[in-house]
Amino acid sequence: MSQIGKSVPRVDSYDKVTGRTQYCDDLAPRNALVVKIKHSSVAHGYVTSVDISEALKIPGVVKILTCFDVPDLPFPTAGHPWSTDPGHQDVADRLLLNRHVRYYGDEVAAVVAEDEVAAMQAVRAIRVEYEELPFVLDVRKAMEEGQPQIHEEYPGNVLAHSTLKVGNYEAAIQEPGLTKIEGWYDTPTVQHCHIENHICYAYEENGRVVVVSSTQIPHIVRRCVGQALGIPWGKVRIIKPYIGGGFGNKQDALYEPLCAWLCTQVGGRPVKLDVSREETFVSNRVRHAIRTHIISWVRPDGSFAARKIECFSDQGGYASHGHGIAAKGMNCFHQLYPCANVEGDAWTVYTNKAVAGAMRGYGIPQAMFAVEAHTDDICRQMGFHPLEYRMKYLMPQGYRDDFSKNENYYDSFRQCLDKGKAYIDFDRKYEEYQNQTGNLRRGIGCAAFWYNTAVWPISLESSSCRMVLNQDGSVQLQVGETEIGQGADTVFAQMAAESLGICYRDVHVVSCQDTDVTPFGTGAYASRQTYAAGFAIRQTAEKLKREILDYACELTRQAVFNLDIIDGEIVRITDGRVLMTLGDLATEALYSLSHSRHLQAESTYQIKNNAYSFGCCFAEVEVDVKLCKVRLVDIINVHDCGKLMNPALAEAQVHGGMSMGIGYALSEQLLFDARTGRTLNNNLLDYKLSTTMDHPHLEAQFIENFEPTSAYGTKALGEPPACPVAPAIRNAILQATGVGIDRIPITPHVLFARFREEGLL
Amino acid sequence: MYDMKALYEAFSVEEAVALRLAHPEAKIIAGGSDVLVQMREGRLAGMELISIYGIDALRGVSIDEEENIRIGSLTSFSHITKDPIIQKYINVLGEAVDQVGGPQIRNIGTIGGNTCNGVTSADSASTLHAWDAIVELTGKNGVRRQSIREFYIKAGTVDIRVEDGEIQTAILIPKESYENCFGYYHKYAMRNAMDIATTGCSVNVVLSEDKKTIVRARIGYGVAGPIPMRAESAEAAANGQPVHMETVEAFGNAVLNDIRPRDSWRASKAFREHIAVEMAKRCLIEAILRAGGEL
Repeated sequence: MSQIGKSVPRVDSYDKVTGRTQYCDDLAPRNALVVKIKHSSVAHGYVTSVDISEALKIPGVVKILTCFDVPDLPFPTAGHPWSTDPGHQDVADRLLLNRHVRYYGDEVAAVVAEDEVAAMQAVRAIRVEYEELPFVLDVRKAMEEGQPQIHEEYPGNVLAHSTLKVGNYEAAIQEPGLTKIEGWYDTPTVQHCHIENHICYAYEENGRVVVVSSTQIPHIVRRCVGQALGIPWGKVRIIKPYIGGGFGNKQDALYEPLCAWLCTQVGGRPVKLDVSREETFVSNRVRHAIRTHIISWVRPDGSFAARKIECFSDQGGYASHGHGIAAKGMNCFHQLYPCANVEGDAWTVYTNKAVAGAMRGYGIPQAMFAVEAHTDDICRQMGFHPLEYRMKYLMPQGYRDDFSKNENYYDSFRQCLDKGKAYIDFDRKYEEYQNQTGNLRRGIGCAAFWYNTAVWPISLESSSCRMVLNQDGSVQLQVGETEIGQGADTVFAQMAAESLGICYRDVHVVSCQDTDVTPFGTGAYASRQTYAAGFAIRQTAEKLKREILDYACELTRQAVFNLDIIDGEIVRITDGRVLMTLGDLATEALYSLSHSRHLQAESTYQIKNNAYSFGCCFAEVEVDVKLCKVRLVDIINVHDCGKLMNPALAEAQVHGGMSMGIGYALSEQLLFDARTGRTLNNNLLDYKLSTTMDHPHLEAQFIENFEPTSAYGTKALGEPPACPVAPAIRNAILQATGVGIDRIPITPHVLFARFREEGLL
Repeated sequence: MYDMKALYEAFSVEEAVALRLAHPEAKIIAGGSDVLVQMREGRLAGMELISIYGIDALRGVSIDEEENIRIGSLTSFSHITKDPIIQKYINVLGEAVDQVGGPQIRNIGTIGGNTCNGVTSADSASTLHAWDAIVELTGKNGVRRQSIREFYIKAGTVDIRVEDGEIQTAILIPKESYENCFGYYHKYAMRNAMDIATTGCSVNVVLSEDKKTIVRARIGYGVAGPIPMRAESAEAAANGQPVHMETVEAFGNAVLNDIRPRDSWRASKAFREHIAVEMAKRCLIEAILRAGGEL
C-alpha cells in the first residue's frame, strides 16, 4: 500500500497536543545559571566604559562579562553551508559582544546569575558610556557620501552589489512605439514571530562544550560556535530538540556562540540564555526591507521590449545572510515574465537598524510585491485585463534557466491561475467591481510567483541519512534535516516507508538532531526538506532494502531478484507467496548463531538539481473608504509543488504562509525612532501581527505535476505560500479604489494619506 | 519569575484597607493583566503588591436599593458581557469590554483595574463616561462616591486617596442614566483582536416617545485626549434635535470642537480626528436604530 500522498496523522501530534513534547526550556537543567544581556542604548558608537561595580553587588550575580572581555575573533552567523572557497564564505563582522555598536539593541555585556530576577536587576544596574557617532536608518541615504561608516571595510556601507544583464537594454528601448512604465515599491522590516523565542543552554562535558538550542541548523551552528570561540569544531556538540517554529530566524547562529562562551567562563556550569519577545524583535533577525525600482518598456500588445530593476536591500547592522536575499529576489525577475533585454542592480547596504537575515521566502515576497504590483500598474495604465495579461505573458511551458538548469516541465502557471480563478469567480467579479463609487467598495486581485527549491547551484545541496532495522521490522530514521513544526518528520517517515515497503508507523524518526550522532546535514531552510532529504532517504532505503533482501536470500534460498518487501513482509514476487515477515527476518539476523548481522544503511546524496515551484494568489477585499480600512473577504493560494506527500500537512503549510502574507500586506511593520534609532514597537501589541480574527477562510488548492528531477516527485512548499499574498491584496485594493499603493503594509495610516492625495477623502 | 518585593493578600475590603494603610508604597493587583506585564518590563520591578483578587464580595452585577446598576470592581470583562442585568440595561458596556484583548485577558481582567489604570484607551472608559458612571471608593473613612469624569485626573492618575487606604469597590450606573437609553460602541483598532483602541467612541441616546426627536445624546471617547472624555459640543448639537441625517452630520462635525488627540507614532492627530468624526456619526446612527428610531 502506498505510504505517500496520504494525509496520515503527524508522527509527533499526540505528544504535542497533550503537552508531553519536551522543548529546550523543559530540558534545561534546574541548576542552570541564567544569562541576561545588556543591550546598546545608542544606534551607533563606541563603548568607552562599562561600569559593573553596582551590578556585581546584587545577590545572586555570578559573573558579568563585557565587550572588553571577549575574544577578538570576528565570526559569521548566517545559516549557509560553509564554503571551502574563501571568496564564497559568509562575512565575519561581529564579536560575541561589541565595542563598536551598530544598532540600538546591539550586545554590550552579559550577566550570568543564579536566577532571572538577579540577572535583570544587574542588567539595569550596569552603566555604559558611549562615544556616540552619527547613525543612518535609510537604506539609500546610507549609500550617500558623508554618511556614517558602519563597518570600516565596506565604503558607502555597501555590503555587496551584483548585476543582472540579459540582451541589450539600451538598444532595445530604442524600438518605436514603446510605453515606459516606472514604479518604486517598498516593503517593510518584519519579524518572524515564531511562538517559541530563541533559547539555548550550554554546559561542558569532558572538555567539550555542548549547546542545546532552539535552532533550525544544528550542524551549521556547530561550525559557527567553533569559529566564534576559536576552538576545533569537534569540540562543539549541538543538540536540537523539538522547537516552536523558526521561519528563518533560527537559520542563523543567534546566541549559541555567546552562550557557549559564557559557559566556558563560569567553569563549564550550565548556563541558559532565554530571549524575551522584546529582544527577539530587536536583537535577533528581521526580514530585509527592500526598495525596488522597476522600469518596463512595453509594446502595444503588452509584451516587454526591455526591463530594468534596481533593488536596495536594508541589511541593518551586521551581515548575517547578507546579499543572498536581494540577489535571489532580483534573479526571479527576468524569469517570471521572460524578457530578452534586462538590466538589474541589487545593493545590500548596512544601516544602523535591526539585523536582517533569512525569513520565509528569502527575498521573493519582497520581489513579488514589487514585480506583481508593477504588473497591475502596467495593466491599468495600458488597459489590459490583469488575469488575461498574466495568462499570456507568465513563464511558458518549456522555459529553461541556463544557470540553474531549472525547467518548467508543465504549464503550471496557467493551470494554477485557472484553478484559482474558478474558485474565486474572478472574471464575473472583476467586471462587477469596475468603476465603483460610494463608501464601501469591493475589488479583486491576483499575483503569481515562482520559487527555487533548495540552494543548488548557488551553494551546496547534500543530505545524509541513516536507517537501522529493529527486531520487529521497524526502522529508526535519522537525517540532518530538522523538524521545526512544518511536519518534516512525518513526511520523512512516509517517504522511507514507501521505499522500504513497510507502514509509515514502523518508521521511527529520531526527531532530535545531535551533531555527535546525527548524519551531517545542513538543516531546515530554502524549502529543501522534502526535496533534498528525499534523495538521501530513497537512496538509503534502497540500500537497506538490498541488505535485507540479501539476507532474505540466505534464509529462503530464493534469488534476490525474485524478492520484494511488501507491507512489511518478504514476498516472492513471481507467485506472490509470503515467505516470512520482515520482523522474523530482522530477529533472525540479530540473533542468528550462524550469521548474525546488524542490518543498517547510511548514505549521502549530493543534489545537483533544482526545481521551480510555482503558484498564485487571488484575493477579494472590501474597502471602507471613510474609515480607511480593508476587510479581506476571500483568499485562495494555488500551488504546484509537485506531488503532495501529505495533503493535509501541505494545506496547513499553505494556511500558515497565507497568514504571514496577510500580515505582510496589511499590518506588520517594525518601526524605528528617527531621533534615536530605537525600535518603537518591539512587542506583540504594537507590532500588528495579524490574528485569526483578521483572516477569512483560507483556501489552499494544488496542481500536482510530478517533478521529474525529484526522488518522490515533490518540490518546494515551505516558503512559497508567503510569496504571492501581499501583491494580490494590493491589486485588489487597486481595483476597488483606483488607488495603487506602492508600499506595504497597507495600513489605515497609509490609506488615509493616499486617499487624501487622490481626493477620495 | 517576577521581581516582586512582597505580596500581601486581602480577602475582605477591611483587610485591603488595612493593608493599604500599612503599606502605602504597595501597588494594588487584581487580575494582574496590567500590573504583572509592567513588573516584567521592569517598570514596577521590585514593588510590593497588595492582592485584592480574593475579595469575592467585590464580584458581580446587581441593582441596589437606589436602583443603580452596581458592578463590583473585581467583576471580570467576560462576566460583565454575559451578565443579564448588563445585557438588559446597558448592553453596550458588555459589548465594549468584550473587545478587550483576547478571551484569556477578558477572563482575568477586571473593570476596576481597567479604570484605576487611568489610561485613555481602556475599552470600558468611554462607555462609562458616556453613561455618567459613578465610582465607589472605600477607605478608612467609609465610602466615597465620585463621578467618573472627576475620577480621571490625568494620564495614568485617578482620584484614589492612598492616605485614606482607599480601594475602588464598585462602579454604579444611576437609573436616570440607563432608563430608556440605548448605546453603541465603536472600537477603532489596527486589528480585530488583541489590540488597544486607536480611538474608541461610545454614543447613547434617549428618544422621544414617537422616536422622532433625540431627547438626550451622550458621547464618550477614549484616546481623543490624555484621559477619556465627553464631547459636549456634539451632545449640544443633537439634544432636542430631530432624528435625521442632518442631525447626525452636525453631531459628528461638532466633535472636533471637543477632542484633543495628539500626534504619535501610533497614529497622527489628523488621522485620529478624521476617524473620530466618522465614528461619532456611525455610533449615533446605530444608537438611534437600537432605540427604535428610523433614519
